[in-house]
Amino acid sequence: MKTEMLGIEIENLHLAFGPTRVLTGVNLSIKPGEFFAFLGPSGSGKSTLLRSIAGFGPRPSGAIRIGGRDVLDLPPWKRNVGMVFQSYALWPHLSVQENVAFGLRERKLPGAEITRRVEEALDLVGLSHLAARMPNQLSGGQQQRIALARTVVIEPQVLLLDEPLSNLDASLRVQMRRELLALQRKLGLTTIFVTHDQEEANSTSDRMAVLDKGVIQQIGRPQELYDHPANLFVARFLGTANVLEGRVEKRGEALRFVTGSGDALPLPMAAKAGPSSIVLRPQNITISPLCGPDTIIGQVLHSEFLGSQIRYIVQAAGSDLVIDKSHHMSEPTLPTGAEVALQVNMDSAVLLNA
Amino acid sequence: MPQDTPRPADGTGLADRLPAFLFPRLSGAALAGLLIAIFLLGFLIFPVLQVVYVAFIDPRSGGLTLQNFADFFATSLFRESFVNSFYVSAMSVVVATIIALPLAYITTRFNFGGSALIQSLGFIPLIMPPFVGAVAMSLIFGRNGTVNLMLREHLGFTIPFMEGLNGVILVQSIHYFPFILINLSASLRNIDRSMEEAAQNLGSSGLRLFRKIVFPLAMPGYIAGAVLVFIKVFDDLGTPLLLNVNNMLAPQAYLRITSVGISDPMGYVISVILVAFSILSLWASFLVMRGKDYATVQKGGGGLAKRDLSGREKVIAYGAVLFILALVLSPHLGLLLLSFSTIWSFAPLPDGYTWANYIRMWEGSQDYILNTLLYAGIAALGDVILGTAIAYIVMRTGIVGRKCLDYMATAALAVPGVVLGIGYLRSFQGIEVPFLDKPLAQWWVIIAIALMIRRLPYALRACMAALQQVSVALEEAAESLGATKSRTIRRVVVPLMTGGILAGFVTSFATAAVELSATIMLVSSEADSPLAYGIYLFMQTPSGRGAGAALGIVAVIIVGLGTFLAQIIIERDKKLKTSGTEH
Repeated sequence: MKTEMLGIEIENLHLAFGPTRVLTGVNLSIKPGEFFAFLGPSGSGKSTLLRSIAGFGPRPSGAIRIGGRDVLDLPPWKRNVGMVFQSYALWPHLSVQENVAFGLRERKLPGAEITRRVEEALDLVGLSHLAARMPNQLSGGQQQRIALARTVVIEPQVLLLDEPLSNLDASLRVQMRRELLALQRKLGLTTIFVTHDQEEANSTSDRMAVLDKGVIQQIGRPQELYDHPANLFVARFLGTANVLEGRVEKRGEALRFVTGSGDALPLPMAAKAGPSSIVLRPQNITISPLCGPDTIIGQVLHSEFLGSQIRYIVQAAGSDLVIDKSHHMSEPTLPTGAEVALQVNMDSAVLLNA
Repeated sequence: MPQDTPRPADGTGLADRLPAFLFPRLSGAALAGLLIAIFLLGFLIFPVLQVVYVAFIDPRSGGLTLQNFADFFATSLFRESFVNSFYVSAMSVVVATIIALPLAYITTRFNFGGSALIQSLGFIPLIMPPFVGAVAMSLIFGRNGTVNLMLREHLGFTIPFMEGLNGVILVQSIHYFPFILINLSASLRNIDRSMEEAAQNLGSSGLRLFRKIVFPLAMPGYIAGAVLVFIKVFDDLGTPLLLNVNNMLAPQAYLRITSVGISDPMGYVISVILVAFSILSLWASFLVMRGKDYATVQKGGGGLAKRDLSGREKVIAYGAVLFILALVLSPHLGLLLLSFSTIWSFAPLPDGYTWANYIRMWEGSQDYILNTLLYAGIAALGDVILGTAIAYIVMRTGIVGRKCLDYMATAALAVPGVVLGIGYLRSFQGIEVPFLDKPLAQWWVIIAIALMIRRLPYALRACMAALQQVSVALEEAAESLGATKSRTIRRVVVPLMTGGILAGFVTSFATAAVELSATIMLVSSEADSPLAYGIYLFMQTPSGRGAGAALGIVAVIIVGLGTFLAQIIIERDKKLKTSGTEH
């Protein structure tokens, strides 16, 4: 299967359902061949944005260009954009073969070519032996693959995946997302993947956009977003984050962050003085029973044994901090109520200007 | 209703002192089940089997034979009737589809102001017994009716809407198309939006998309509706009779029994064919639809995406809808005009208007109306009592053979009114009613029982649906607090089912009030006649038409009010139940 790699440009896209604003000023550029994820909680507008690219739902204002051509005024059936639905949407009255052949028949291709391409597509997802089955005779994972085959067989310009893994059980989900990525790399298709699961987005996508309330919060590589969240929403949505409120103060040459409760932390990075907040990941705070220099004193409120690590909730610096400590047999769990010393790895901290 | 008799203390009851084998202990529910089974066997299964049996008996020798069927197919009139019945039923399905399909498609697919109008007006045909509309339709669409008079005057040609079989097809399809509309709309609404979007995404649109994806997915609903229409039309006696079309199966059965006599085997042969065809079409539809439960709505996408109509499309849609609605409402309008007309003949509209028909109807039909209220009342009451009892026994007890009650009661669906009537005449002619000195078959009570049996399947469904909404836990809660089975049923189950039972009662009453097929076979004197038969008698003479139409209006009002009332009860019940769960 050959595919021409095309990029997608979205410019100043706005969409409202009556008085409710669903998408506000979306600007996005997806490179040819990229595996791109839209990540966000439900109601964030990620699915609406995907459906706008496919041509479903009300017409937004702005521009969506695929390979340089504005598609906003094309109906869905003229866009040649392949979409895999969350529910798979396999037609129950048609066999697997007929389902996959549907798009090719609509394009009025010669019968022999249809047969050949359907076989190729089914081979690609490894299910050519199920061609004669009806969709209700397939397992969830098989239906997922058939839905994928039905979409890629028409050689779409781009591939859109709407929460494709959400109807699968946990173990299958991990396997399917690897298969999905392998297939995407093989076909070189520009792909957009909608999900609310950060792990899914992190493990598959080249880049992703985090959405909240119809607004893109940040765009970048998964690791970039985790390490350098642009705002509190992104920090909290990607993994667990401890947020300390306070202000940056200058003392001679040295910068330090002073929390509301008066604890001071040295700042290794450049910063402007003034009110600010700081984001700390649970693994970047060390917890120990002993006091040392530059430590904050706290009290253990609660501990959870998670297997490879122990998660402590510690009251310190005016808030409840989540702290992960790797578990070793030789170290006993700190009891609830114990006084502990916290050492913060400020090199991994993220400073957000309030 | 199943009820325990109060249990005697310390085993001192009569039953306890007698040997167990003499007096098998039956629970209240089992006893009720047994009585119902005996009733159904006596008034449904036995008469129908009797009809089937007679069809296979040589009237002279009394031996088993296929000769009657050979005679049937050797007679050209019967062959013609058979073909006509089949043709009329099939064509009625086609015409009903042509009416229902655009209505269902437009209302489910587009944001269309007329949707609510269609959804309510679309059901209006069902509130008029088809034979009532038949005469009015002749006046509007007949050779010298309104439409053809105007066509002849302005365009110089006429269309034989009502000639012979065409008339039956037109009347039946206008009356029964709501069955297709209701079922088809429901399955269209049940299609997951992504089913359609996936097809659009792959390049499909418009009518092609409808033909290849949407309609096939709605097929189960369509087939269910179409089969109902086919069977109803195939079995109907009233409409062809009133249109004076006698070369069809049901009228032939009626005419053979009433003119040749109760011993003539042809009426029985026709009955067997009617029943066989009803069962055959149900079975065929079952085979076609097996494994095709396409209810595809999943979380997220509820129903097809509705879209706005463009200006031109709006004109076409409103045009089509108004045309169809005018057609559908024409029998009602015709009947209303006829009921107020002095003379209406060879004219587009009546010559003059008067109240006289209503006065004449009132003077001549009080007995008809009173009889109708009595028969339909008994039938509906019996239906909900039987329905509630059967529903409870089938769904909430473990009595052996309980399913049989359900099957027997539902089997009445496949028995046309004519067949039940013939079966009663044959089976109960020889049984004398004590103190009355007349055969059971001629006693008015038998008409009420026939109506009860005919409406029972529908009432049973209503009761089962009502019982389904009463959670077993509510029953168990009452029992754990010390209520006996019978008290639980009386104090908890039945009160909670009231809405559904009441709706079942009203619907049974309204439809039984205008049933003609079985009634016409069983009416033995004019004094015992119900309203439907009265209309039939009035319509036999041109001078009686006005009063007949007035009586027809009464019938429409009874059924209309009944349907409306049932709807209100169901709605109120629903509200009550949902508000109950919110708190």
